[in-house]
Amino acid sequence: MTAFKLQECHKKTIEDICNSYNNDPGDLIKILHKCQTAFGYLPEDVQRVVAKILNISVAKVYGVVTFYSFFTMTPKGKHAISVCMGTACYVRGAEKVLDEFKEQLKIKVGGVTPDGKFSLDCLRCVGACGLAPVVLIGDKVYGRLEAYQVKEILDSYED
Amino acid sequence: MFNNVLFMEKIKITIDNKQVEVSKGTTIYHAAKANGIDIPTLCYLKLDHLNIENRPGGCRVCVVQIEGRKNLAPSCSTLCADGMVVYTNKVRVLNARKTVLELILSDHPKECLVCSSSGQCDLQKLSQKMGIREIHAVENAEMSTYRKDYSPALRRDMDKCIMCRRCETICNDVQTVGALSAVNRGFMSVVAPAFEQDLVDSPCTFCGQCVAVCPTGALTPFDDTAKVIRALADPTKTVIVQTAPAVRAALGEEFGLEPGTLVTGKMVSALRTMGFDKVFDTDFAADLTIMEEGTELLNRISKFLNGDKDVKLPILTSCCPAWVNFFEENYPTMLDVPSTARSPQQMFGSIAKNYFAELLGIKREDLVVISVMPCLAKKYECQREEFSTNGNPDVDYSISTRELASLIRFANIDFNSLSEEDFDRPLGESTGAAVIFGATGGVIEAAVRTAYELYTGKKLTKVDFKELRGLEGIRTATLDFNGTPIHIGIAHQLGNARKLLDGIRSGMYNFHAIEIMACPGGCIGGAGQPLHHGDSSIIQARFDAIYREDASKTIRKSHENPYIIKLYEDYLGHPMSEKAHHLLHTKYFEKNKN
Repeated sequence: MTAFKLQECHKKTIEDICNSYNNDPGDLIKILHKCQTAFGYLPEDVQRVVAKILNISVAKVYGVVTFYSFFTMTPKGKHAISVCMGTACYVRGAEKVLDEFKEQLKIKVGGVTPDGKFSLDCLRCVGACGLAPVVLIGDKVYGRLEAYQVKEILDSYED
Repeated sequence: MFNNVLFMEKIKITIDNKQVEVSKGTTIYHAAKANGIDIPTLCYLKLDHLNIENRPGGCRVCVVQIEGRKNLAPSCSTLCADGMVVYTNKVRVLNARKTVLELILSDHPKECLVCSSSGQCDLQKLSQKMGIREIHAVENAEMSTYRKDYSPALRRDMDKCIMCRRCETICNDVQTVGALSAVNRGFMSVVAPAFEQDLVDSPCTFCGQCVAVCPTGALTPFDDTAKVIRALADPTKTVIVQTAPAVRAALGEEFGLEPGTLVTGKMVSALRTMGFDKVFDTDFAADLTIMEEGTELLNRISKFLNGDKDVKLPILTSCCPAWVNFFEENYPTMLDVPSTARSPQQMFGSIAKNYFAELLGIKREDLVVISVMPCLAKKYECQREEFSTNGNPDVDYSISTRELASLIRFANIDFNSLSEEDFDRPLGESTGAAVIFGATGGVIEAAVRTAYELYTGKKLTKVDFKELRGLEGIRTATLDFNGTPIHIGIAHQLGNARKLLDGIRSGMYNFHAIEIMACPGGCIGGAGQPLHHGDSSIIQARFDAIYREDASKTIRKSHENPYIIKLYEDYLGHPMSEKAHHLLHTKYFEKNKN
């Protein structure tokens, strides 16, 4: 994975996001959320630009980024897999499903495949407990999942 | 702020069965303190005259019991209410405090015997007070460990951090430096620079005020004492020492003397006993600074009055190395505004390694210059590349007041029974103007004493400029230079400096000259000084001592120092001469690391 190089157009994106919140440091979390949506993650340079625009210290921005587990400083795969480990999913076998993803992709939780195609994370409850165990891939929700289905699902993502 | 009393309305509360009256808006902690009950705390910190307060309510050591309330309350952030009944020493309260302390200690290194903060550590003192005799260890329990970070000025050992967040408050709210922030969460949470980079790569100015308030050994000064001992033991080296003005007003505290006791003579005596070949005074260089900086100020003002539109005013003082780091980082477009005069430490080093080495007939490499400073940023300053010749620094090592005290103890010198001795000549002679460099407002007062006489050609009848003195964060005054009004601004603490500079940019202020010091009260409140442990009356006492020393001097104007006059006659020519420019001035660099 090559290091993120900040381009002028990226700066513009960040400026626009900050502007939409009137450059208010009180909206830092929302701004970071939008930036993560735009870039997929929050590399150092993005945090530096946000800090500069909001006129707060980079240390403070980094403090917020590292406090909330939602924010990430490592790039996600093209298809981000999130396995729900909430109580309902857990008791209905989410761990086995997760192990199967690890086995198939040969990565750990928090990791990205070398080709950048998939990344694997856990989360706590997506509010679809009736469908437990639940897995999100990108915006798509897979419910009542069993370990044997994992390979088939991964294969359906061609590029 | 809770304790800025909004209404003078009085309420009655009962603390430990004693009925007391307090103003509405007072916290339980302060109500107790005002009535002789000192509730212990590890995170809460308030420096009264300096507008510094840290109250995260995080350490939970200051809990008290309130009648009618189920859980215990943190006294530092709970307001008194009328009729409230508070207990600060019930067994339940004491046990809770003890448990909190034990939990903190369970993730704290047990190396008190060799920790550099031993004896000064608030955590250690509280453990003693609470009678902690064992730390319940859970078998194979994880300890949080972090990479140690060594900068030229200070050292971070976050294994010892208890997350009181005093450093974070100082760095962000007081100094507005923004180098430190709480990062990560839960067990891994720690105070660190952005991206957990090293301090040298962060916007840190090395003011060291985080060190001055750290209750444990997590933030400590970089220790240079071993290098000093090595130099003193080397028979091929001539080792000389310079002592900053603020040191003499605080060193005595390390040996049990009352804050504000001047120990100039004993300090000189101790240094001589330790084996320094010459004991000199940074004050000599302070007088030299006034000659250069004062002349620069007068030049700029004369040009300005003659209609030169390009002249940079106000002139900013450049004695404080943390302030220099601060403007290099934060005001890169204003690098031509501050005076180009080097700080007294560096002027001394330059004169010592050039003029004095020549006088002795030795090579600069064989002369070791040690400085004793109230400051940690001076450790960084003396390592700046521009202050060395062929890799040989003008000032070899800078040690703090506390390091000098530990050297004196190491050398087994009974400080209090020492006789009073005088500095050596020629670099030990100084005036009252130089002494006051140690307090906020002092540099500009010293400059005014000289600039007034040079500008007006008249003798000053009164050398005390009381309008420039005080501990308010930002002060302004207008002086009459024989009909020409000279506007002066003074700020101490970097947050106040920022306010002042931003005020100039927005046109709110208009000054000819500004003095800025990074630390509270100026150098007397420096991070290398004996720790104040939250008692700001100590800083006030040092402040008064500095002006007492000034008043006791026969010569109180820098340009009347006979050895300074001789230095110009024999060596430098005149202030701002080419030689002076080469040896006593510097330039600034854009940093902007973030």
